[in-house]
Amino acid sequence: MSLPTQTFTITRADLVRYAAASGDPNPIHQDEEVARSVGLPGVIAHGMYTMALAARAVETWFPGAEVVSFGCKFTNPVVVPRDGGVDIEVAGEAKESDDGLTTVALTVMCGDQKVLGMPRAVVRG
Amino acid sequence: MPVDQSLVGRQFPPTRPYVVAEEQLRDFAAATGGEYAGRAPATFPIVLAFGAMNAFLEAERIDLFRIVHGEQKFAYERPIVPGDVLTATLTVAGVRQIAGNDIISTTSEITDDAGALVCTTSATLVHRGGE
Repeated sequence: MSLPTQTFTITRADLVRYAAASGDPNPIHQDEEVARSVGLPGVIAHGMYTMALAARAVETWFPGAEVVSFGCKFTNPVVVPRDGGVDIEVAGEAKESDDGLTTVALTVMCGDQKVLGMPRAVVRG
Repeated sequence: MPVDQSLVGRQFPPTRPYVVAEEQLRDFAAATGGEYAGRAPATFPIVLAFGAMNAFLEAERIDLFRIVHGEQKFAYERPIVPGDVLTATLTVAGVRQIAGNDIISTTSEITDDAGALVCTTSATLVHRGGE
């Protein structure tokens, strides 16, 4: 079953707020110069921020469901411009199994690039 | 400088007990644009795992700004709720070198104050070397 695609906008202010809430002070998510010094194309979103947005999409699709497992690879960085922001789109395919669990295979895109590799959540209920 | 292969299999000491406050869960939910619903958002255990990863990186004198997250998995035993007292214990599962980068696989077990497993997280950290 295809789930309705959800769009989220990521701004640099979101990254500052997420850094504080999650305790991840890595400057590659704040400072253009540091990000470029390690070969990144610019300030990038925390992979965990993108993953948190994907988790929100799962919550919206399955309100109140218990998440049993959740995982992904971070295959491409989400570059966040200084002004405005960048959109990511989260799509999902759900498959129910006999044991009451539903596996959600997600697709998380930024522009025409997949930013998460094999994002997958298993939910109960 | 490449990360030392002898780290593989090493378990680091548990992080200091972390008391989960409702306010932190609310902050985390708000920072990810969600609404607090009485339990931690699915990716919240990263806060605990991150504490363990930082302690590991500091112990090994690895600069955080050279680290990029490669992969993250969570397997949940139960949701985290306010009042939980949690610690994370990190084990280095593997170290390999690809194209001048170190790929460090870690597993952190998050347990409550009764010693029960709450969540197992595994993270792959890419250490961007270059010199």
